[in-house]
Amino acid sequence: MSYTDQIKDVIESSDVVLFMKGTPSFVMCGNSDRALQALRRAGAPVTAIDVLPDPQIRQELSAISGWPTIPQVFVKGELVGGADIVEELEQSGELATTLREKLGDDFGAERDEKTVGLAG
Amino acid sequence: MSTQPLRELLERAFPDATELDVLDRTGGGDHFQVVVTAPSLSGLSLVEQHRRVYEALSAPLGDGTIHELRIKTKGAT
Repeated sequence: MSYTDQIKDVIESSDVVLFMKGTPSFVMCGNSDRALQALRRAGAPVTAIDVLPDPQIRQELSAISGWPTIPQVFVKGELVGGADIVEELEQSGELATTLREKLGDDFGAERDEKTVGLAG
Repeated sequence: MSTQPLRELLERAFPDATELDVLDRTGGGDHFQVVVTAPSLSGLSLVEQHRRVYEALSAPLGDGTIHELRIKTKGAT
């Protein structure tokens, strides 16, 4: 399966997706960390994908999303934004509201955080 | 890159801006923070507002002049 198909697949099948540089346990970029921390504060069940293993991942992701930078956060298939937006929405409380609306009131119950690798 | 060329690109894209600021965050000429408040951004989602900024700065973003960009946008009040 191409990266494009895998990217679309994970965006559509996961509640909250974070495309980042590095992984949650080894973050390689300050902005990716800002987005991750904001999502954690909001209690989001994050599925993380590292874009660093292959530059092609980032290229194909940006072609799909129309968003030029990393990180990128999707909730239920929809682009929420990069680090600045996610941080802003978390601080205003809107991120939690969006998560409740889209994932249900118990969205934070499982608190599962996972990392998914794409096959090259 | 100094902040001036970026400011000019943003001024061209947001001629109605009531607030427009470009800050070199590290002094190294490649980590920038931009602030734009403009009536033309009113009613747009944050994603769409940031997209407008990315479009305005697509040249320096595309050629790597801007290594990192922080964006703060608002529709005018």
